[in-house]
Amino acid sequence: MPSASPQYHLTQLEELEAEAIFVLGEVVAECERPVLLFSGGKDSAVLLHLAAKAFRPAGLPFPILHVDTGRNFAEVLEFRDRTAARVGGRLLVASVQEALDAGRLVERAGGDRNRLQIPVLLEAIASHGFDAAIGGARRDEEKARAKERFFSFRDEFGQWDPKAQRPEVWSLYNARVHPGEHLRAFPLSNWTELDVWRYVATEGIELPSLYFAHRRAVVERDGWLFAVGPHLAPRPGETVVERRVRYRTVGDATGTAAVISSATTPEAIVEELLASDVSERGATRADDRVGETSMEDRKREGYF
Amino acid sequence: MRRDLLRLATAGSVDDGKSTLIGRLLYETKSVLRDQLEAVERASARQGLAEANLALLVDGLRAEREQGITIDVAYRYLSTPRRSFILADTPGHPQYTRNMVTGASTAELVVVLVDARQGLTEQSRRHAAIASLLRVPHVVLAVNKMDLVGYEQEPFEAVREAFSNYASRLDFQDVTFIPLSALKGDNVTARSSAMPWYEGTTLLHHLEEVHVASDVNLVDLRLPIQRVIRPRDDAHHDYRAYVGRLASGVVRVGDELTLLPGGSLVRVTGLDAPSGPVQEAFAPMVVAVRLDAPVDVSRGDLLARPKNLPHVSQDLDAMLCWLDDRPLELDRRYLVKHTTASTLARPVELAYRLDLDGLHRDRAAPALGRNELGRLRLRAARPLCFDEYQRNRSTGSFILIDEASNATAAAGMLLPPRPSSGPELSAWEARFAGNGPS
Repeated sequence: MPSASPQYHLTQLEELEAEAIFVLGEVVAECERPVLLFSGGKDSAVLLHLAAKAFRPAGLPFPILHVDTGRNFAEVLEFRDRTAARVGGRLLVASVQEALDAGRLVERAGGDRNRLQIPVLLEAIASHGFDAAIGGARRDEEKARAKERFFSFRDEFGQWDPKAQRPEVWSLYNARVHPGEHLRAFPLSNWTELDVWRYVATEGIELPSLYFAHRRAVVERDGWLFAVGPHLAPRPGETVVERRVRYRTVGDATGTAAVISSATTPEAIVEELLASDVSERGATRADDRVGETSMEDRKREGYF
Repeated sequence: MRRDLLRLATAGSVDDGKSTLIGRLLYETKSVLRDQLEAVERASARQGLAEANLALLVDGLRAEREQGITIDVAYRYLSTPRRSFILADTPGHPQYTRNMVTGASTAELVVVLVDARQGLTEQSRRHAAIASLLRVPHVVLAVNKMDLVGYEQEPFEAVREAFSNYASRLDFQDVTFIPLSALKGDNVTARSSAMPWYEGTTLLHHLEEVHVASDVNLVDLRLPIQRVIRPRDDAHHDYRAYVGRLASGVVRVGDELTLLPGGSLVRVTGLDAPSGPVQEAFAPMVVAVRLDAPVDVSRGDLLARPKNLPHVSQDLDAMLCWLDDRPLELDRRYLVKHTTASTLARPVELAYRLDLDGLHRDRAAPALGRNELGRLRLRAARPLCFDEYQRNRSTGSFILIDEASNATAAAGMLLPPRPSSGPELSAWEARFAGNGPS
């Protein structure tokens, strides 16, 4: 019945691209008020790039939302504003700092703001009436995310119930929600970190400069290198040293570590990753070491 | 070098050594990294285990780790220089049939794990039957734990023979048998010296080399319209395109096509792929189609060739796998999602419930409960443009959604339309369930 020809065969990246664009299209076709979550990191940069390709020559059919912890790297905020302007997207910023200043949130012991993003994100989704939040999360990142759907249901409290997920068969996505509930949609579900970098290289996608090797003042803390800057001061006994580093993930300046690297291009990063034996979250995210299921616990509450 | 993608699913219970096999595949293709292994070692030590329990790599949810079972499909990623793999790891318990259906629905290959000591069990038969029903083109029977049967050929041949007898009642395009030991690593990624009687390849080599390009149906052009692009700026004042992902086939600029369900003829004046204009596009690409005439095109419409049209009907016959806790109710309204089309449908008749263990048809079954399969007739509110699932997995599949709860209630596979005077069972169906007493 079918015929075969190598000429009619997609490469792995082409197939992942088609899948992601199809998912973006389903979100827009099925949901009333979608929003794209944008952190300024590489995954959301790829997501935004795919969205621009999916809908052109028309503009983005949804706004872009950034949850700003108030502890972001300056390069990332600058990149965020510039990129949103370039694709002509309407940028919304939900601020953890504002919520703290207004007394709607209280700072946690130790000052980690990772979990504080959850109520701020949910409040933004509720106040704008969004029924779908499109995110750049990937299943290969973390074991709880390995169980995620492309269209992932959130109840009226924004919660994820991993034991009661909708079965997702073929590419027939169930986007139905009642008022007050919403969906998270993950077009990059099947991408790996390497796929993201190969795609960045192939498509020439611009990223914040801190993804590439640069010299930076850092302190070593619990085996990780943290950048010294406005959001992080050396503790007594810590020595500030300058190292050639880059970031594998971009999050809070207080919770995201740098890795030693000399890779200055996406191609060099692909080579470096092929030789690496540590995962990106294992190399850089203090928040994931809190417990075996810390990502699941945060996701249940409504995390990205 | 062109690297392609293979989507596969694994089926088998913990006892078959599935987690060990996946752990070994991940480990030997360097897809598990040091910190992830260390995390598993820490967790295993906390559970009082002497060795790292590789199942913890796969079982990520709190409840799964607490209960030592796999509840939900987990997706794993591995790659070799030749190919990248998306692996849907599906739990094997009978009550998780829906998970296997989920994993198999997108898979081009299914690995069914069999314990060489146990031989072919009821559960292996169920897994194979689901793979057949879901039309997974390639099946691997991985006969595991060969180390525990002295690497002897006889237990392996016994599994092969038992399966061949069973499979003659099913419909498989390609079945491969591989004897291996996931624990010791025999024939997983490296050839075993302990089984000189086996002349085939390792599992990983088979996964890398199995020919999947021909599984894509490039004959029947089916382009379900997902959305319309109409830029609002002056530069593209007259631009209007219809976007969809090709379910099958090839479309070219200049083609004359039929727009269904209306039936009007249109000509393709331009094709825009995500990276720019193209002269032709093929499945599973996403493409924006520009047409010569200002026709009314909506989401859910379908473009096909005038001389190769799908069925268009409101009366549907389908095999269903029921997914929801709330059982099937005849004459209740359900939402149908089929390609990009959504409509309402009413199940009017349950022909039978299919018992996977013996492949019996139970005609007295009053309904379908969660994890049960059966043949159903439905009446849709609007005509669907479909092919039988056997010919086209995209235009032949649908889901039912419960209108009240919004739960995904069932996964459906369409059968050829039943002529009013024709045989009640399709040829495929008769073969599939032909030997069971009614």
